[in-house]
This record gives sequence, C-alpha cells and structure tokens, in this order.
Amino acid sequence: MNVDVLVIGAGPAGLAAAIAAKEDGIHNLLVLERESAPGGILKQCIHNGFGLHRFGEELTGPEYAQKDIDRAEELGITIQCDTTVLSVSEDKVVTCVSREHGFQEIHAKAIVLAMGCRERPRGALGTPGTRCAGIYSAGTAQKLVNLMGYMPGKRCVILGSGDIGLIMARRMTLQGAKVLACVELMPYSSGLNRNIVQCLEDYDIPLYLSHTVVDIHGKEKLTGVTVAQVDANRKPVPGTEMEFDCDTLLLSVGLIPENELSVGAGVNLSAVTSGAEVDDTLQTNVPGIFACGNVLHVHDLVDHVSNESFKAGLSAAQFAKGEFAVGETVAVLDGQGVRGVVPQRICAGAGRAVELMFRPAGVYRNAVCVVKCGDNIVARKKAPIFTPGEMVVVKLPEDVVAGLSGDLTVSVEGGQ
Amino acid sequence: MHYNMMIIGAGVTGCALARVLSRYEGSLAVLDRGYDVAEGASKANSGIVHAGFDAKPGTLKAKLNVRGANMFPGLCEELGVPYSQPGALVIGFDEEDRRTLLNLVEQGVQNGVEVRLLERDQVLELEPNTNPAVECALYAPTSGLTSPYELTFALADHAAVNGAEFLLGEEVASVARTGGLWQVTTDKNIYTCEILVNCAGISSAKIHNMMSDDKKTVIPRRGQYYLMDRMANLPFHMTMFQCPTKMGKGVLVSPTVHGNLLLGPSAEDIPDEKDVSTTAEGLAFVMDKCRLTWPQATIRGAITNFSGIRAHEQDGDFIIGKVAENAYETVGIESPGLSSAPAIAEMLGAQIAAEQNLQAKGEIVPAPKRSKPFSHMTDAERAKAVAENPLYGNLVCRCEVVTEAEIREAIRRPVGATTVDGVKRRTRSGMGRCQGGFCSPRVMEILAEELGIPMTEVTKCGGESYLLSGRVGEKEEQK
Repeated sequence: MNVDVLVIGAGPAGLAAAIAAKEDGIHNLLVLERESAPGGILKQCIHNGFGLHRFGEELTGPEYAQKDIDRAEELGITIQCDTTVLSVSEDKVVTCVSREHGFQEIHAKAIVLAMGCRERPRGALGTPGTRCAGIYSAGTAQKLVNLMGYMPGKRCVILGSGDIGLIMARRMTLQGAKVLACVELMPYSSGLNRNIVQCLEDYDIPLYLSHTVVDIHGKEKLTGVTVAQVDANRKPVPGTEMEFDCDTLLLSVGLIPENELSVGAGVNLSAVTSGAEVDDTLQTNVPGIFACGNVLHVHDLVDHVSNESFKAGLSAAQFAKGEFAVGETVAVLDGQGVRGVVPQRICAGAGRAVELMFRPAGVYRNAVCVVKCGDNIVARKKAPIFTPGEMVVVKLPEDVVAGLSGDLTVSVEGGQ
Repeated sequence: MHYNMMIIGAGVTGCALARVLSRYEGSLAVLDRGYDVAEGASKANSGIVHAGFDAKPGTLKAKLNVRGANMFPGLCEELGVPYSQPGALVIGFDEEDRRTLLNLVEQGVQNGVEVRLLERDQVLELEPNTNPAVECALYAPTSGLTSPYELTFALADHAAVNGAEFLLGEEVASVARTGGLWQVTTDKNIYTCEILVNCAGISSAKIHNMMSDDKKTVIPRRGQYYLMDRMANLPFHMTMFQCPTKMGKGVLVSPTVHGNLLLGPSAEDIPDEKDVSTTAEGLAFVMDKCRLTWPQATIRGAITNFSGIRAHEQDGDFIIGKVAENAYETVGIESPGLSSAPAIAEMLGAQIAAEQNLQAKGEIVPAPKRSKPFSHMTDAERAKAVAENPLYGNLVCRCEVVTEAEIREAIRRPVGATTVDGVKRRTRSGMGRCQGGFCSPRVMEILAEELGIPMTEVTKCGGESYLLSGRVGEKEEQK
C-alpha cells in the first residue's frame, strides 16, 4: 500500500497532525492506532480541565478527544484501529499487524510519529522490597478504574507527584479507597499546581516532599510500604522511616516518550527529552519523518500537544507534496535552569514564528527566561514562578527568527 | 490419592526428572508449594549454562555440570527453549587473581572443558568495555545462556504429555512411611506412593530430614540482581565473571538469552528460605561490585530487580541418590544446578529405573512443538502466522512484541499459565521496559476468559496475590 502521509497513533497528537495534513489537501492519508478506538490516553482521563487554552472551556479528556475525532470524521480521515506498527524504516516503509487486515507493508511519502509515551516502572527506580501484587503505575490503575471498572485496592499510597498520580489520588478517594499519602522524592512536585490543590489538599491527602518509598512489604499481596525522608542527594535519611499499611502502591514517577520505532528508523533522540531531535517544522534528522506530542517530549497540557501536532501534520503534508524545504538551521541549546528545549533547531531563513518549549530544571521564583543569540537577548519571559511541572513556552516572532545569526541559548536567570 | 511415583519439587531438577520418569510405566505426580512450576530458584538465577571449569574435579558438581552442559544444546533444540553459547570470561586484576585463574584453567582441563588464559590485550579486544585495569582472564568458549524458567516449563509440558500430573500450590507438611508406602501430607491433601523423590530445592534438607536420621542442612543463600533493558548494542556479548570467592562465583555482568543485561548476584545467607525481597544494601552491593567488571555501570536502563534463593548445602557438593527405602533425593542443588539438571535427571532416573525395575513405555509422546515467538519471526512468517490465526494480529505486549495468540497458547499449554506472572514467564508479555504497564490489564482479561473466572479472581502469582479488590462502585462488604 502507498500513502502520502502516514500518522502513527490516533491520540491527540496523531489526530491533530492528520487533521492538519488533510486540511492542507492530503487525501491519501492513513492513521494507524493500536487500540480499538481513537483518542489515546484522553479516553481514560475522565476528569475535566482539558482544552482551556484551545477551546476556552473546561472539557473532560474524552470530550476533548471527541472534538478532534468528529473533525477527522468530517474530513473523511481513515483511522485504522486495532493495528500495531511493528517497524518503521528510514526510507519510510512501515510494517504493521492487525486482526482485520493481517500483516501490512505501507510505503509513505511522509510519516508523523505520534506514539505517545509510557510510564516509568518501579524497576527503573531500583526500589527494593518484594514483588507482590498491588503495585501499579498510576496510568494503568486509571485504565482499570475508568475504562474497565475495577478497583486495584482499598488503601493506597502514591509514589511520585506527577499529574496522573495526583489525579488518581482524587479518583481513588472518590471511589471509596483511602489514599494515605502522596510521596515525592524531589523537594517540589512535578505535577501542575492546580492538581495539587484540587486532588490532594481538597481531600486532606498529605504530600510528603523529599521523601521516597524505601521498602515494599508483602509476600503475595502488598501489605505495606516504608517511606523515608531523603537528603539533598536524594539518599534516604536513617531514622526517618514511616510505615504505611496499604494494599496498593501507585507509581507516578515520570513518563518516557515511546521511541523504539523511531530508533529503528534511524531517528536521533535527545538524551534530555528522550524524544526525537527536531527542527521548528517538527522534522527529525530523517527527511520526511516528523514527530509531535508526547513521543517528542512529555507535555503538561494537551492543548500544547494539539498545537504542536497541527504544525507537524502541516509539515508532513508539504513534504509529501514536494513543497517542503529546510534551509540552514541554527541550534537551540539548553542553558542554565533549562531542560530539553524543543525544537532543537530553527530554520532561520524561513522566517516563521517559532515557539520554544521546555521544562525548568528546578523551581525558580521571580525569575526570567532569557533567549540569547550570542550576547544579544532575542526574547525574554518573566513569571512569578517557573516549576518543572509546567512547561514554559517562549514565542519568537517572525522578524526575530529571520534575523537570527547563530545558535540560541535558553536559560532561566535570576530568582531562586 | 495414590501414585506409583511422586516427586516433591517442580523446579528445573524435579521437572527434568519427571520428564525422564514419565517414560516409564506407572502413575507419576509432581508436587510443589508454588502455584506454578519454576517458582523457586529456577525462576530467579543467572540463566548461565556453565562450561564446567568451576567445580572441583571428581565432585558430582563437576561431573554433572560437564555432562549437563553437553546435553543442553540438543535438549533446548528438542524442547524449543532458547539457548545460545556466547562464551565466558573470568577476569583477574592482579597476581593473586592470576594464580586463581591458572588453578581454574587446570581444573577446567581436568574436567574436560575447553578453557585457556588470555592476557589483557586479548581480553580488551574481545570485550572492549571491560575495566581497563584487567590483567588476564580465563576464557571458556562453551559457556552458554538459557532461560531457566522456560526450560522448566518445557520439561514440565513434556512430562505432562507423557502422563505426569502436576499438583501445584500444595506445601508438604510431613512425609512418613506407612504400610510399605510413602505417605505425603500437604496443607491440602494426603497422598501415598511407592517411590518418592525429593527435589525440593531450598526445602530439600527439610524433606530429607523427614526421611532420614542423617540430618542435613541447606542454607538459604539469597542472590539479588538488576535486570537492564534490551538494547541494540550490549556492552558485553559474553558472560563476564569475576574471580570466585568462597561465597560463590562473584558478581557477573552477562547478556541474557533474550538480549537483556543481567547484573548480580549478591550472596547473603538469610534465615527465611522464602524471603525473595531485594534490599537497598544488596542492590547497592551488586551495582558497586559489577563496576569492577564494567566501570560505566549505572542504574540507568534498569527495568527491574529481583532475588533468588540458592540451596547451599554446607558440605558443598550435590547430594544425589537413594535416601531411604524406595526414596531418592537431590539435595543442595545450587549453582551449577541449572547446567547440571539434565544430567542429574538422567543419572538419577537411570538409578531409579534400575533399582525399581521400572518398565519403559512402548511409546513416548514427543515434546509439544513450540511455536516460534512472533517477536522472532520474519515479515513473511508474521504474514503467514496472522493469515492462519488472526489472533496473531492482536498485539498485547508492545515492548516484547507478544500477541494474543501466544498468550492464549501459554494458558492452554499442558502445564499452562494460571497467573499473570505465569503468562509473563511463558510469553515475555510484561517482561519489557514498561514492566506490564500496558499489557497487564489485557492479560488479566484473557486469563479470566480462558480460566473461566471473574477478573477479581485473577492473581499475579497465585495464593492471595489478587490484582483487583472489586468492581468500581461495589458496596464494601460487611466484615
């Protein structure tokens, strides 16, 4: 099979990319989705708070997804569900498998990678203890509760204060479980502030910052965890141990872009974001392969995902039509207080406005984000607080981009 | 219930012996407290098929290791179990290590194993990521890798298709001689049998002491490991040992037969033979020690940690043979127990058959054919597989590329999976970098369907290891 644009994944990123490509006149377009329905992780995010930026209203995850699903349907976009991509090659040949269509080989002119991310498991933390039942990543628990209708347990401790963990603290509580504590290794939460207020504080769930789970108990079923304070080097402090009797431990300890397919296609990944390195068209180092959404870098808001993915879809469409050209690029580098600026390269000559996105490396109050080209400051953004939980978006207007003479460095200055 | 023959212990030794004894007339049962086969040391060890230079010449360990290692390639081929032979290095850093390694070379030669000493440059040429402070190394090209639990499952399946019954989730409380029979009392049932074999691994001394006045002691020796994610370019392609100490073979850095990297084990004598927890100290020890071999080692890339318990008999050698009238045993089967298992079964099986006048069956059912894993298939094979069975088109575990067809097959095997861990070890679903985050809910659904049980009865590893506490919105039961 031959297609002009192939989108891998029908979550918010893939849907937006497909819509943009179709609207730009690409008719031979195919979206592959491994699950039974489009929508991605939004399907299980039944809480509200999505879409404030893009739609100006507070939607639930399924409502947000439905808007894009409806638009895709309206445009006649083909979304082939229950289909798992097995490989992507550098020359843009994709193999996939499904019950309905069997094994397929698809040749694409352009590919948009929109596979999303996965949760870090317990093993990645090296947490010792037993390997009993009752330990779930927060997203898996969210699927069990919200989509399948099962409770993982009745007494729960949450390790990590990522957004999914915070949301699940509230969800488990509303379903009658007792959430005993949310435990965060760092001295600050990696989740959105609104989630700390609405999901923990409103339900009197204690948040233990600079603490971690140091032991897991229970031979067959989880019976409890030991929590201890950690020092500045994140090492447990002896004598600070607290025991919690619980049958469930939910982990919300980070998300990792799922790039195994990308690597197979020869796409270079950033060691910081674990996503592809892209230019401002969202093109990777492999011509005609674009990346967007959480497979590129883990976002805080789906609105940002959609916004980024529209661009990726448009770029892929232009590539497929042969209207795409990248000129000389300048690099965008992480400076002090900045982790993982995306895009990593900008085509200065194209003179397109560019949005730089990154997560601060720590919590900075009354600081300013500065973008420098050599010694020249080309953009500034002030904020009362920068935290790793909330992405910073810095806009570079067309004229600034057109005038760039060299590499850019983004840093957070001043503040504390 | 009565059987002609009973084996206590469904680890690799018990299952290998069951496969041998299932070729003779008579009813045969294998009993284990685990809810699956391979629930003890057989599921949590280094997965190395040792070449055989390590054991003292003249010991049972030496003889059976060498014989077992020679049997491995053919056995794994017959049973459809992964096996590879990348070779091994034992690295030394000073003159004392050199003397130790020269002794090992000498021992290897006496044991009939191909070994030789390599100098620093040769070592670094073969394995460039080795600590550059290395002085010399013993090289054993015949050292192999296998999947210890997959081997045990395949041995159990082969025994089962030849009539062996598996009685799982029953713990032996007592063994006694009554009316010319052995009576085995478990926490659930009472059995009698003519011939009893103790292959109880970590509990083998306990069972031995129920049958004999010559008391034995097996010390639970725990080994903790880190398992690292699969990667395109592993830092080592051979098994990297350090010079042995009295506590064992030292910490190794080795590829697994599945392309992961394994770091470990620690060696701690512990009081509780069932305590397979890991500890911060044990894991720190492993990471620290493996840096001697591989200075770049970090926890980055780790996907899980686990521990296994070795059955260390205090006199040091395997104890294999007759223990009482119509009773046999394998006691103290620690490393190289996996490598020796086929040879232990061959030797003890022959002894039992001769002494008990067992009659060979006229027809032996061949080992069930194992389908090639979808993850290993070529594109053409995948296309054919999914055309013949559309369930190959439903990918369940994306990290390890496992399909619904394979998961259902694992549950339907002769000794099939009944738990999420059972599916994981038979198919690798959940073994990968997300550790079951995506696939486990679907695996639970398939298990519930295949076993005809509600989702809330599905367990991680049997017993009380329920994965769900109830339906959403269900009323709390009155206590």
